[in-house]
Order: sequence, then C-alpha cells, then structure tokens
Amino acid sequence: MSIDLSQFHQVFFEESFEGLDSMEGGLLDLNPDDFDVETINTIFRAAHSIKGGAGTFGFQVVADFTHVVETLLDEIRAGSRALEAPHVDVLLRSVDCLRDIMQALQDGDEPDMSTADTLKAEFVAILSGASECTPESAVSPDSNLDESDGASDETPSGHWEIYFKPDADVLRTGNEPVRMFRELESLGRLTTEVVVCDVPAFSSLEPETCYFAWNLTLEGGSREEVDEVFEWVIDESELSIRWVHGGLTESAKNTTQSPPATTTDNNQQPVESGSTSVDDSAPTKEMLSEPEADLPEPEQELESKPVEAVVSSAASVAGDKKTESPKKPQKSSSPESTSIRVGIDKIDSLINMVGELVITQSMLGQLGSDFDMGKLVRLQEGLAQLEQNTRELQESVMRIRMLPISFTFSRFPRLVRDLSKAMDKKIDLVLLGENTELDKTVMEKIGDPMVHLIRNSLDHGIEKPADRLAAGKPETGTITLNAFHQGGNIVIQIIDDGKGLDRDRILMKAIENGLVSKDDNLTDEQIYELIFHAGFSTAETISDISGRGVGMDVVRRNIQELNGSVEVQSMPGEGSTFTIRLPLTLAILDGQLVRVGEEVFILPLVSIVESLQVDLGMINNVGGNNEVLRLRNEYVPIVKLHELLDVEPENYELEKGLLVVVEGDNSKVGLFVDDLLAQQQVVIKSLEQNYQKVDGISGATILGDGKVALIVDISGVLRIASKVKGKPVSADHQAA
Amino acid sequence: MPKILAVDDSASMRQMVTFTLKGAGFEVEEAADGQQALNIAKTSGFDLVLSDVNMPVMDGIQLVKELRALAEYKFTPILMLTTESASDKKVEGKQAGATGWIVKPFNPDQLLNTIKKVLG
Repeated sequence: MSIDLSQFHQVFFEESFEGLDSMEGGLLDLNPDDFDVETINTIFRAAHSIKGGAGTFGFQVVADFTHVVETLLDEIRAGSRALEAPHVDVLLRSVDCLRDIMQALQDGDEPDMSTADTLKAEFVAILSGASECTPESAVSPDSNLDESDGASDETPSGHWEIYFKPDADVLRTGNEPVRMFRELESLGRLTTEVVVCDVPAFSSLEPETCYFAWNLTLEGGSREEVDEVFEWVIDESELSIRWVHGGLTESAKNTTQSPPATTTDNNQQPVESGSTSVDDSAPTKEMLSEPEADLPEPEQELESKPVEAVVSSAASVAGDKKTESPKKPQKSSSPESTSIRVGIDKIDSLINMVGELVITQSMLGQLGSDFDMGKLVRLQEGLAQLEQNTRELQESVMRIRMLPISFTFSRFPRLVRDLSKAMDKKIDLVLLGENTELDKTVMEKIGDPMVHLIRNSLDHGIEKPADRLAAGKPETGTITLNAFHQGGNIVIQIIDDGKGLDRDRILMKAIENGLVSKDDNLTDEQIYELIFHAGFSTAETISDISGRGVGMDVVRRNIQELNGSVEVQSMPGEGSTFTIRLPLTLAILDGQLVRVGEEVFILPLVSIVESLQVDLGMINNVGGNNEVLRLRNEYVPIVKLHELLDVEPENYELEKGLLVVVEGDNSKVGLFVDDLLAQQQVVIKSLEQNYQKVDGISGATILGDGKVALIVDISGVLRIASKVKGKPVSADHQAA
Repeated sequence: MPKILAVDDSASMRQMVTFTLKGAGFEVEEAADGQQALNIAKTSGFDLVLSDVNMPVMDGIQLVKELRALAEYKFTPILMLTTESASDKKVEGKQAGATGWIVKPFNPDQLLNTIKKVLG
C-alpha cells in the first residue's frame, strides 16, 4: 500500500510557518540573563515538530537543518548549555532561513541551502564547545547487540535459540509475549517451551505479573528481524539469541540446559517445562507479509512532486476556470491565501444559521402551497424571518474570513528589534487589540503599508537615546500598535512618542517641490497631510530603513486600494499617530446608490463627503468648459457621471440634479447625478473576471431586483477627471 | 474494528496518521495534546493509543502515566512517536509504561505494519 503523502504537505507547511512564527516570538521574548524555561520548551517543541514532519513528509533538507537547531535548543532546555545572546541571534537567523527554505519548497522550487549551510557551520561551532548531547550517540538499540554471530537467514542448516524472560511488569506496558511469538512465527517455524519455575503458589499469585520465561527455537528469520520483535522489551528482559548450526533435533537437548540460572530460590525444584505451541493457523501471516525492504522510499517519491497550490483570493467571487487546470502547478504569488483555518465555533454558528434558514424555507414553502390573503400576516412574518436569517448567515459567513490582527502584528516585534539594533535606538513595542478581527485578504494586504509606517516611526519619529534624554524623555522610546473596531471599520494606529513631524521642514520641502505656494495659508493638519504626496521625502540622508523615495504616497495608495484611508496627527516633541481605517472586508461594500438616467450606479459610502443641490451661484466656469463648484473656501471640479460613463441622463442642467462630493487621493470632485437612492451593503463581483477591466469602474453588484449595477471607482474617476481636465469625455467603454 | 486514539500536536502528522489508519479500516479519534487525549480516552474506549512525545499542555510521557493509572488502560498498547535523536525519551516512555515506539520519520506502511503487529 502506498499513500500519497503530498496531500498532507499544505497542512505541514501551514503549521510549520506557524511554528516558525511561534519560535520567532519566543526567541524575541528570550532574555539570556533571565528566561522562562517554558519559553525555551515552546521554541524547542516548534523546532521538534518541524523536524519530525519534515522527515516524515520527505523534506530531508529541512529535517537535517532543523536537527542542529533542535540540538542546541535541547541542550539549553536541558540546562547543559547556558543561553547566550549570540545563540538567540543565530536561532533567529535560522528561523528566517527555514522560512525561506519552506517557502521555496511550498512553491515547488529548489531551496537555496547556502544560508542554511553557513548557519549549520555556526551551530556546529557552538555545539562543539562542550556538548553533551551529540545526535550521533542516539542510535537504535540494535547496535548494542553483538552482530557478529548474526548468521544469514539464508543459511539452510541452523536455527535460532532464544531464551526470553520478560520483565515481571511486561504486561503492564501493554506488551504481550504471545504477540511477539506470533511475530516470530511469521519468520519461520517456531517451537516454544515455557519455563514456569518462577510461578508462585496460587495464593500469592498476582495475575498482572508475568512469571514465565520461554525457550524458543526458530527456523528462519535474520538476526535483525528477531531483534526487531524484541525491540521494545529488550532493555527490561533477559534475552539471549544464539544461532545454532545443524538440525533441530540435535539442539533440542541444548534448549533444556540453556536457560541461564536466574531462579536461585527455586533451584532445588526440577524445572517444569511444558511445551506449548502458538496458534498454528497463524492468521498474522498475511498482515506481516510485506517486508520492510519493499517499502517505497518516501523522499524519492515526493521530491519530484511540486506542491500544487489552489489559489483562492477573496476578490474572486466568481470562479476562474484557468486555476482549475491540474497539470500546471500554480506558482502562487500569495501562497498564504491557499487555505484558511476557521475556529469550530464559527462553523457551528454557520451550521446553526443554515438550520434556521431551512426551517424558514419550509415554513414559507408550506405557506405558498395553499396561500390565501388570510395568511398574509404569516407570510410577512416569514419573510421578516427570512431576512433575519439571511443577514445572520451573511455575518456568519463573513466571520469565517476574519482572523485576529495578531497574525499581522506578530511580525513586528522582530522588525522593531532588528531595526532598533541597526539604528542604535532603544524602543519598546506595545501591541494592543491583537484580537481585533479583520478579513484575511485585507490583512494580507495591510502588512506592507504597516511595515512602512513602522519603519518610518522608527527612523524619523523616535530619537536616539541621547537626544531623548536631552529632551527630558525616557531613554527608551515606545511604538504602540493599536487595533479596534469602529462603526463597520477596523482602525489601526501606529503611535510613537518621538519628536513629531517637523512642520517647517515639510512646508519648506513642499514649497520646493511646488506642491504648495508660500502664500497658501495652511493649517498644521494640511501641512502634515503633505507627506502623503508623491515623491515627498524629508530624510536628509537616505537611510537603509526608509526615505528611499517609495514614500508615504505609496502607503496611502495601497490603503486606498483597500477602500481605506490613512491620516496623521502629530505634536512636536510628543510624537505622531498614524491612523489607518479599513473596511472589515473587501467582499462587501457600504454603497450609496445613485441614479443617472435609467442606470443605477454605486458610490462607496466611505468616499462621499457630502451631497448637495446645486445653486448656480456656486458654479464657476474656468477655462471654457471646465465647471468648478465653490464649496465654502474650496474649488471642486465637477465631473458629470453621464458623460464619463456615456449614458443618457434625465437632466443635463446642473441645477436640476444633484452633486455628490467625493474624496480620494487627497482631492475632491463633485459627481453630477440625477438622484440619490438608497444606501445599502452590496456584494462586490469582479468585473475583470466576468467581463473586462473598465476604467472608472471597480466592480459590479446585483441589486435586489436582479439588475446589475456598476460600482464607481472613485480613484479611477479622479484620474480620468484630472487627465482630461474637465473636457467632456466620450467614454470608450459602454456601461455593461 | 479496533479503535485507535492518535495524539499529536502537529496537524499534518495527525492527518497523515488518521488517513493511513482509517484507510486500513481502523476507527480513529484525534487529540492535539495529552490533556485532550486523556479526556477523550476517559469518555470512550480505545484498543491502542498512538502518541507524540513533545506536546504542549501535557506531553506524551505524562499521558502514558495518566492512562496507565486508569483501570481501563492498564494493559492497552500505547505506542510513542519519537525521533531517533531522542533516545532518552524512549527510556522515559518505557518507564512510564509505554508499550513501544515508532521512530519518526516513518512512512504510512511502517506505521501500519507496527500497529497491525501490536493489534495482531
């Protein structure tokens, strides 16, 4: 029988990555001078599991490398080696290295072992210090046995003579001598002779104790096979195994004298021996018929099979046929999205909901089969119940995709540790709200922007220890990551107690870059906002950490792609707070339905600033056809949605319709529509997958009446509006 | 069919073991640590227990001790899944009352052979 082990690879990789995370977390908590043994145990266990799994599932390179890691951890755990700071470093680097190797293996690539080899050498150097635990010493008990007398099982004339006296407690370990004899019997013809001289008087006999010893002769089997039968009991038993040349009859005499004198008290008594034979029908034969030599080598079988990752992304509500081809191993760009672990409580609640839905459905079905107006109230009740079921079901399904943000937060302690070391800064990282849940896809995409913001706080925010002391602050700075839910959004804050944003430098730089003019009378908030503009960087020297020109504008754009926003507050000398707001999920959008002619479009509610009826006095004409709305002290360009999307409107005159002012990418625009309709949550369907990409449209949804409505992409509209500078657009794309 | 309790904190190992044993017709229940295993073992009887050694909450050695203290599991075969490097664990396991061990890494056939031998 051969089982395809590759089916377990995905789970193995997942748990290994988790194990590596917990190793990393544990290592970061380790203070060489004062540490909790349980922390070491946790780290050790993770390494141990990875090694065991890697060996089993055929990733020998991982098993080999983890072995040295584990050995060092084991010595520290056992107390035979003191933990030193360099150990933590080399262990942390091993975690990184293992992560890379596993990632490569998961992607079906050949892992680069050069780092591992270097690290291995470091481990060997450490271990060769005063190691007590050499892995090589751990060998199977077979090697204790004298193999020299091991005759070949092919030798025709000869047999094994075995004296076996198991420990009195053998039965209490679940070992059955009879089971061993059956196993021996599968190797060749077996005769057994039981030695009962140790059996006490009945009154003092303990039924759980084994008083017997056996003389066995076995015609067949190799020494190894015989040893294997006794492998589990060899240490506690008296066992002698001898190869006797010649026929059995001749040696039969030998057996009676062969038991070594073990029973001193009973010596006077004649040895009572009774001949027994183990169940001749030997039903075990067929079970044991597969010799080990025939087993397939797992490594060879597995290494040639790349892991086939089934990619499922959150946005792909509709199935993509291409991913179904089994021949092509998908080189997934985000292998972490291949599967999701869901708490059983979530599944239970889902099943519960479905149960209720079924009840409602059958109730409605019954009602429908013989409906008359007298039952209208019950119908309405049933529909209300259906609505509630649906909503609860939707919430339950959404919760499946939600994971605690600690999955993202957990990578930051390491980042902060490494960076603060590199920059000679002292920084405490505080994590708050780690259990706040967030959609898995959003979570995967928010990691990088957060890394950038944290690097930024480390680099530009927190001062060097000397500067902090001079400013009367504690030497160690603090960066706090905070996550919480707020009205259908998740809010993530990155708070530092550093020097705050430098208002004057930002302003100077912005004027230099022509972002603002000297005469603009800007508030502090507006000035701080400038850091999110493209190409803005105030770092004096380009450091390794940040200030490489890939600036805050990229951060903001990435967050906006998730329908989120980012803003900054800052107090000179006291620090800065970056606040990211994100929708809980990407699959559902809070939308404002608007009507243009016959068509209904959806605007993301989050980007709407206000909606107003236009008074012509508020409209200015700039440069010919460019209309702008004067909104208090701002000028907002007007974009007519019907022109942009090429649909027939009800009204062409601004004063007859409505303007919806939307904001995105730091600018505002007034969208001209005929009417505002309801606000509702809509399920986003991908237009790209079902049709094609359309500029200015981010997706589509199906409304209650079954019609398709397009969701307006605010950033896209703003881009189009700025490109054409207000000129009427003849849109290339029909609204589908 | 004999009923087996498979205990391992690694989900992939559990899956592999369960898949293999179920494929061979055994009934299998899983536990992720010693404590869980003990709770399950108390509520339902098993013909064989297969346990990892290194686990959080309660390790395999302790599990063996706890099981052996229960009348129902006094003679039940308990096999430890150990790694070759942890030979001291074998001794510890034996002292605790384990029947024997299967050395990691092992493949499904080795696992099945050993289990069939014990239950044979």
